[in-house]
Amino acid sequence: MTDRRNLFNKVWDLHTVRTLGSGQTQLFIGLHLIHEVTSPQAFSILRDRNLTVLFPERTLATVDHIVPTDIQLRPFADELAEQMMSAVEKNCRDFGVRLFDLKDSRQGVVHIVGPEQGLTQPGMTIACGDSHTSTHGAFGSIAFGIGTSQVADVLATQTLALSRPKVKRIEVTGKLRPGVFAKDVILHIIRKLGVQGGVGYAYEYAGEVFDRMSMEERMTVCNMSIEGGARCGYINPDQTTVDYVKGRPFAPQGADFDRAAAWWLSLASSPDAEFDDKITFNGSEIEPTVTWGINPAQSVGVKERLPALASFSNDDQKGISDAFAYMDLKEQQPIEGLKINVAFIGSCTNGRISDLREAAAIARGRKVAAGVKALVVPGSKLVSEQAVSEGLDKVFEAAGFEWRAAGCSMCLAMNPDKLKGREVCASSSNRNFKGRQGSPTGRTLLMSPAMVAAAAINGCVSDVRSML
Amino acid sequence: MKLITEVTGSGLPLLLDDIDTDRIIPARFLRCVTFDGLGEHAFEDDRQQDHTHPFDDPHYQGASVLIAGRNFGCGSSREHAPQALMRWGIEAIIGESFAEIFFGNCTTLGVPCVCASRSDLEKLAALAKAESEMPVTVDLANHQVRAGHLTVPVTILDSARAALTTGKWDFLGQLLEGAVAVRETAATLPYMTGFKA
Repeated sequence: MTDRRNLFNKVWDLHTVRTLGSGQTQLFIGLHLIHEVTSPQAFSILRDRNLTVLFPERTLATVDHIVPTDIQLRPFADELAEQMMSAVEKNCRDFGVRLFDLKDSRQGVVHIVGPEQGLTQPGMTIACGDSHTSTHGAFGSIAFGIGTSQVADVLATQTLALSRPKVKRIEVTGKLRPGVFAKDVILHIIRKLGVQGGVGYAYEYAGEVFDRMSMEERMTVCNMSIEGGARCGYINPDQTTVDYVKGRPFAPQGADFDRAAAWWLSLASSPDAEFDDKITFNGSEIEPTVTWGINPAQSVGVKERLPALASFSNDDQKGISDAFAYMDLKEQQPIEGLKINVAFIGSCTNGRISDLREAAAIARGRKVAAGVKALVVPGSKLVSEQAVSEGLDKVFEAAGFEWRAAGCSMCLAMNPDKLKGREVCASSSNRNFKGRQGSPTGRTLLMSPAMVAAAAINGCVSDVRSML
Repeated sequence: MKLITEVTGSGLPLLLDDIDTDRIIPARFLRCVTFDGLGEHAFEDDRQQDHTHPFDDPHYQGASVLIAGRNFGCGSSREHAPQALMRWGIEAIIGESFAEIFFGNCTTLGVPCVCASRSDLEKLAALAKAESEMPVTVDLANHQVRAGHLTVPVTILDSARAALTTGKWDFLGQLLEGAVAVRETAATLPYMTGFKA
């Protein structure tokens, strides 16, 4: 008889240590990623309780959120950032955890570094004190964000107390049209299922569209699972996955790799696997998508108009009116042509080499519109190095973009890269929440990196398909 | 740990949907190495832009039961969000629904999050507005919230309720007790032994 468990349940079962009195599972965590923001208080818990790190070799630390992307001389100009950096250095030293600090050629955004190094592998459970840990699900792992108390739990016990979620299969059939990217696919899914559609679920992304995607595109999709309320999203491992992991520094080698690959592929959900829920979308209907509001489900196709207030339920109208007011937009106005002040290309969603190539293809031979501040922030030092070797930095600089050092930058407001006042930012990041990009009144329009480049060139939201 | 079977305090209405953790505690306040002092910055940016925000309203300064909307606590996993609310004085939250990571973080801190229907939340919010001193009781043992003449049914994930009411919301202590089983499970995972034959 075939195993009708989906990948999620197979991996969950393999990592189950025992059932706790509350009914939760004590789940073993195969890879723990930490960074400077959500770990200091966790190490304090360990010190207070006189605990050590149980499997220090299963944890990797990097620095990303607070890192300045222009001047990186120590001590940082921001004393609080310097204090956090010193804390992560001391904690890693004291507890024997490997740290990719700013001097390390492998430093970068935590969700870019893990896959790049071959630490992220199929069939693992992966946790990090960061909600975008769902990124690593692209490999067919169970990967999710946790709070700081739980970071302490993993450090001390390599396990977490968790309730098993249900699993929803999201199939996207057909073929994406030119100018439509992985970012558009996930924005479309979130638009259709809502920001809380995934609460209580893990999302399995399946179907032709994901089968054809590169690993980097799959990471973009899984990264934003949490924006749809799903703590975790994954794609079954296939030959694309195996080929990506092969040869990376922390990947198994030789005959060990062959055994690993066979095991990884055996975990994939079989065609008759069981799910708690299923939904299908047609990939050929997806348009380049842009958010207009204050949560990632508030989006439209670039050729569409904003929705009419009356198209929402009475309960929802208050929130929609608030979003229009905050964004200073009106119902039924077009999104194309909306003026921008800032363009940001980067983040754990879209800071990989393929993202930079797609954006550079639009920027090449063109100029950023007067008055627009445009930033390109590679997701890691290795992404930066690769981009430089391909001359992408020069393409961007010639077009008037600033080329920066690796970090989270303007995705969130913890380093010097921030919006000012009411600025509108075309952003390849993941959240358009009020104040997210550092100005309490700043405004964010989420879109693909190619669409951000197009917006930077034209000074307004533009349809990248006319510039391909 | 303390058994948390019920929480009683005055109510604070904030009946808005999809309140994300960036709004609960803006990222610039995450530049810290302890959670101390976060309480005063809860909803900082919303409060700066709206001087009638309930967190600044003198009527609610002693409140400890937050009455929230749908999908409360969505977005970032930052535990700084429930830490800020807790340090401001919030001891329990009643909402239509909660984002998952936020819910887990609250449970770990001993802050119960219970779900009520929209119409019951509107009644509770109206009561708290009319009589800000009125005690609101979140009763985990009986799955209900009581305020004045009003008694409404609420739900909470069974495992969270069990953990809170039996004083086992210190998960670290329980996880440590499983140390032997943890090593046994680890030894069965192919990647823990380097995929050796």
